[in-house]
Amino acid sequence: MNTAFQSTDRALIETDIEQYLRTHENKSLLRFITCGSVDDGKSTLIGRMLYEAKALLDDQMSTLDADSKKHGTQGDELDFALLVDGLSAEREQGITIDVAYRFFSTDKRKFIVADTPGHEQYTRNMVTGASTADLAVILIDARKGVLTQTRRHSYLVSLVGIKHVVLAVNKLDLVGYSEQVFNEIDREYRAFIERLDGSIERVTSIPMAALRGDNIAEASTNTPWYTGPNLLEFLENVEIAASSTNAPLRMPVQWVNRPNLDFRGFSGRILGGSVKPGDAIRVLPSGKTSTVARIVSLDGDKAQGVSGESVTLTLADEIDISRGDVISSAHDPAGLADQFEATIAWLDETPMLPGRAYLVKTGASTVGGSISKPKYVVEVNTLDRLVAKTLNVNEVGVCTLTLDRAIAFDPYADNRDMGSFIVIDRLSNHTIAAGTIHFALRRSQNIHWQALEVDKAARARLNGHKPCVLWFTGLSGSGKSTIANLVERKLHALGVRTYLLDGDNVRHGLNKDLGFTAPDRIENIRRIGEVAKLMVDAGLIVLTAFISPFRSERKLARDMVGAGEFVEIFVDTSLAVVEARDPKGLYKKARRGELKNFTGIDSPYEAPDAPELHLETEKLNAEAAADSIVAELRARGVLGLHA
Amino acid sequence: MPSLTHLQRLEAESIDILREAVAESQRPVMLYSIGKDSSVMLHLARKAFYPSRPPFPLLHVDTTWKFRDMYAMRERAARESGMELIVHKNPEAEALGINPFTHGSAKHTDMWKTQGLKQALDLHRFDLAFGGARRDEEKSRAKERVFSFRSAQHQWDPKNQRPELWRLYNTRKNPGESIRVFPLSNWTELDIWQYIHLEDIPIVPLYLAAERPVVERDGMLIMVDDERFPLRSGETPKNKSVRFRTLGCYPLSGAIESTAATLPAIIQEMLLATTTERQGRLIDHDSSASMEKKKAEGYF
Repeated sequence: MNTAFQSTDRALIETDIEQYLRTHENKSLLRFITCGSVDDGKSTLIGRMLYEAKALLDDQMSTLDADSKKHGTQGDELDFALLVDGLSAEREQGITIDVAYRFFSTDKRKFIVADTPGHEQYTRNMVTGASTADLAVILIDARKGVLTQTRRHSYLVSLVGIKHVVLAVNKLDLVGYSEQVFNEIDREYRAFIERLDGSIERVTSIPMAALRGDNIAEASTNTPWYTGPNLLEFLENVEIAASSTNAPLRMPVQWVNRPNLDFRGFSGRILGGSVKPGDAIRVLPSGKTSTVARIVSLDGDKAQGVSGESVTLTLADEIDISRGDVISSAHDPAGLADQFEATIAWLDETPMLPGRAYLVKTGASTVGGSISKPKYVVEVNTLDRLVAKTLNVNEVGVCTLTLDRAIAFDPYADNRDMGSFIVIDRLSNHTIAAGTIHFALRRSQNIHWQALEVDKAARARLNGHKPCVLWFTGLSGSGKSTIANLVERKLHALGVRTYLLDGDNVRHGLNKDLGFTAPDRIENIRRIGEVAKLMVDAGLIVLTAFISPFRSERKLARDMVGAGEFVEIFVDTSLAVVEARDPKGLYKKARRGELKNFTGIDSPYEAPDAPELHLETEKLNAEAAADSIVAELRARGVLGLHA
Repeated sequence: MPSLTHLQRLEAESIDILREAVAESQRPVMLYSIGKDSSVMLHLARKAFYPSRPPFPLLHVDTTWKFRDMYAMRERAARESGMELIVHKNPEAEALGINPFTHGSAKHTDMWKTQGLKQALDLHRFDLAFGGARRDEEKSRAKERVFSFRSAQHQWDPKNQRPELWRLYNTRKNPGESIRVFPLSNWTELDIWQYIHLEDIPIVPLYLAAERPVVERDGMLIMVDDERFPLRSGETPKNKSVRFRTLGCYPLSGAIESTAATLPAIIQEMLLATTTERQGRLIDHDSSASMEKKKAEGYF
């Protein structure tokens, strides 16, 4: 078995280890994923590949032997699936629930296999495994043919831009090694790929029985009608196009290297093209240009850096570059934009909220951004485009991505690393989505904020106090406006410049187009946050009195202004008390169902975790509450000359 | 364009991870265990930040029971890299005189290593720690992320890991939480040895065969490295040509008989060998899911 690779290797190891090492050092690396369900025999296939490539050693074999007897599903035979089902929780359930990475090598190549699950709820794991793969092995149970999940896997593989697919038609022993069955599956699959019209350019179908090792490492005598390569032979020889020499340079700066005042280097990984000293570069987003002076390394300066390498560059000119900037070819720079059409795969149990402020990481920069209502959602089983209001977990849709500032990018089809992004939730910090950029919707023409000479600090000096936001939050009827009004009067009496934003002057003007649904509430708060930010910049103490029920939007408003400029004031009155007060009769209306989306009744209120001030109005009257706020501002040194 | 070899790709990826982790953390540290994986990780860190020194200290969670050669290598590594070396010894274990002979390997490992590591991370408020673990070492590690999150109690939740896509690592965390980062995730044991050979990275000489005093105990060859080793009656250390595939506390590290005294020779032996490197470690032998359990509890 497996004489093809192992015997020559072993002989060389025994006779000339130095020569073996030189050969092995020059091996290439192929990363691939396997997709299919437990029932297709995927874990068995991977276990079998490790076994055939002699990646298993005696103690692993004896553990496998013992485990097979204890947990195995193959009677007295070795259960190769147990080799790769790592976590004990999975063993108990008998399924693989996560992405696992396996390693083996043959004479020609080293392989990294991402073992990805086939169950519907774990699409996120497949996208994860596929994102770093050069090739996909898609398993099919010969008895079942092309299934819904086969189409789904192929769509997801295509989504992440994989060009090569191996269709492993497995369990052929159970259909009598029928050539006809194999050919029918092959034909059906190719027809589907044609219709898919995605990135998949090449399909290689191989008939196999992983449990028995047919066509895994050598041609099987059970399939004399099959003349193509066996699986390992194919994986060893398949050509994976390296990015072309002509591709333009792309290098996001990860870290500015400043050991002393005389050295200023820019460290990062080359994500496209190559670089040599003397090359003209353009830095994005600033647009500044220079030439590469040196490629510095521990082993001395290098003559060239190529795609995939991590390097440190110095430039001929002293220009300002920071983490997240992209050094790109001057002649063919990356695009620069803040709005894109993108395909987004939703990975989190909490659905996407259109308009919510998320964080978006791409290259080495993380910026604020939001996602529109989907243009359409792709039904991954039929490839139909459906209308949808949101994206739920494991759904894929096309949306508009809008960022707070412009970033350097390339379309995903041109450069996987420059056109991919992840979306992070600001509160949970989870990675909630992954996306690929199609194209920019709005080109940014190097917009720079003018550096104004009259700045916030200058205004604060003139005013004699610092600006800040007093952000009141609490249920309707809790006393936010009453207290805010009292505070404004007290501050005014002290000579402080203030402005109170409340429902009357915002809902009736700036935000009169907004209702009370969750997305509208988010937009309402976002606009108020932006207005407050401008007013803080203008030097005022801004008081805002809105229910602002969601933590996430309050955090967004907090992040808009400088550290220490946001004072969150939780006006804490229980629902029972505000309902009893009900000054405008709103709670009664809401209870009768005449008011929809009313906070506390049929829309949630998320109380602050750590507000700067927590006022319990059932223990404190409005006057005392207002005094405590003024005292807090005094203690913070905000009031300056007016304290 | 010359395409990169698998070792060049691994090196570039590890450097990428090291830089990203440092750029996005406040107080990073490198867990330095003095073994071959740590040596490679340290070498990669020097490459990643050159000409700067790696901008973080090295942390050795000491058990006081390491081989003497390891202590010598530790001092040398700190000296040559110019990095700060923090040595932490669990004061409680020190006071109780915890050792593998009277307290057993499980308690010894828990007190000195698991508890010691938690203490050191808390004491210095490190929010990110580099570790030299590889995915090929053990089944539960095959599913470990490169950036692995730990709760404020240092616990790992295998069911709640963040997906890692492309080369975009989400490093955000809440106050109190920390991240373990494994730059060598995609390296195999063979890759490590080849890279050490190719880059001429200094390693502890115990990896190479030499005459050393050993006794045979419970089917393992244990080296008598200092006078603290309590010989049982009838036991006399014999000089044998041995080497170690993994290094830890000397009373817990099994030697193998070998004459491989050069790197190519040990790579040759390894390739022709039929057992995995973890077999020389006593701690793995309890049960096949034991490493996973230790990890959930906070063992690195």
